[in-house]
Amino acid sequence: MTGLLADYLPLIVFIGVALFIATALLVVPFLVAFKSPDPEKLSAYECGFNAFDDARMKFDVRFYLVAILFIIFDLEVAFLFPWAITFGDLGWFGFWSMMVFLGVLTVGFVYEWRKGALEWD
Amino acid sequence: MTAWLLPLILIVVKSVALIVVLLLFVAYYLYADRKIWAAVQLRRGPNVVGPWGLWQSFADLIKFALKEPIVPDGANKLVFLLAPCVTAMLALSAWAVIPVTEGVAIANINVGILYIFAISSLSVYGIIMGGWASNSKYPFLAALRSAAQMVSYEVSIGFVIITVLLCAGSLNLADIVHAQDTRFGLLGWYWLPLFPMLVVFFVSAMAETNRPPFDLVEAESELVAGFMVEYSATPYMLFMLGEYVAIVTMCAMMAILFCGGWLSPIPFPPFTWIPGIVWFILKVTFFFFMIGMVKALVPRYRYDQLMRLGWKVFLPISLFYVVLVAGVLQATGWGAGMALRP
Repeated sequence: MTGLLADYLPLIVFIGVALFIATALLVVPFLVAFKSPDPEKLSAYECGFNAFDDARMKFDVRFYLVAILFIIFDLEVAFLFPWAITFGDLGWFGFWSMMVFLGVLTVGFVYEWRKGALEWD
Repeated sequence: MTAWLLPLILIVVKSVALIVVLLLFVAYYLYADRKIWAAVQLRRGPNVVGPWGLWQSFADLIKFALKEPIVPDGANKLVFLLAPCVTAMLALSAWAVIPVTEGVAIANINVGILYIFAISSLSVYGIIMGGWASNSKYPFLAALRSAAQMVSYEVSIGFVIITVLLCAGSLNLADIVHAQDTRFGLLGWYWLPLFPMLVVFFVSAMAETNRPPFDLVEAESELVAGFMVEYSATPYMLFMLGEYVAIVTMCAMMAILFCGGWLSPIPFPPFTWIPGIVWFILKVTFFFFMIGMVKALVPRYRYDQLMRLGWKVFLPISLFYVVLVAGVLQATGWGAGMALRP
């Protein structure tokens, strides 16, 4: 337990220090800078006229598709990490098991490519 | 009580020291970036503040701190201010595990590379939060684009890291450097056998950190300033700071994964007498110079070209290279961590 703590405590402290510095920089102009707000300054930017409607509008479904593809491939990478580390001890069985897994994913990749999920036009 | 307090204070002092040094380096990398860009375009670049403009970055810092901070009326105020804070914090946090020289890292954890991978994945949240909370159209569209771009290139970066791990057999960044410590010096580093992966990593790193030529998020001609449109003063500066720290982190990753971190390129005296940190800084600076040159030389990509490059070129290449590296290591019996050892 102390070993684990000794390894990871510096990490938490470092993140804390980083957060403190970022927050300090964020707060400074709110304390020292001259402020004179007016409605034009505080309205949303829109090339010289008032905004037509809500900014949180509908957007292209392809962004959603990219997110789904990302989850699949990022999970795949996550599975590959432990395999890559123990690669030297696994032998041919470990090698072919992962090749089958990658093969299945390649089939899926080819399918989505042919279906046009990767097209942006 | 004191037995706990003393190491804790030591850790805090070390963390503060590393962050301060890192920020000083980033200030001068930023200056170098502007100077390189100017030199390519036959301009002078910043040259007014101090000799050769050397204090430019600090003048910018003071200017940002004294500007009027604007929080738009329609914005989600808390999330709006949290976004730059999160971006800068995450960018800085990655440096906790980076070994700058033999045995010098704030936290020498066993899963170092996994930690960096996780932190760089999280950095997309800063952009999404900033873009959504602004409640304005340009930031919203830019945040969507940026998120899609970052996650696309992260997949390639993941596969590139796997090829390095197959050769090194460890997730610990210091062990990855040790695995490259051979009697061949420069030629024993992974850039040689994994050269295509270094290229993929280099380009993906630029896409991941929204650097030109992949700065579609900030494409001035289309989206004004991307998700940062509504930001001013230090909230804006924190986004810029986060971006530059992330770029330097990526340069450090390239130095560690492919170019032997703190190792000397020529493995005998007098070159081995030079401290490791000097080699490390030289390597990081070299990669930063390369990225600076790309910014000056390459025109901006179009969004569909960018997505095609990520999904249809880099993903298949890096996937193929994982299979190739695994096959070669298995067939020759070198196994993890044994490749290229003397």
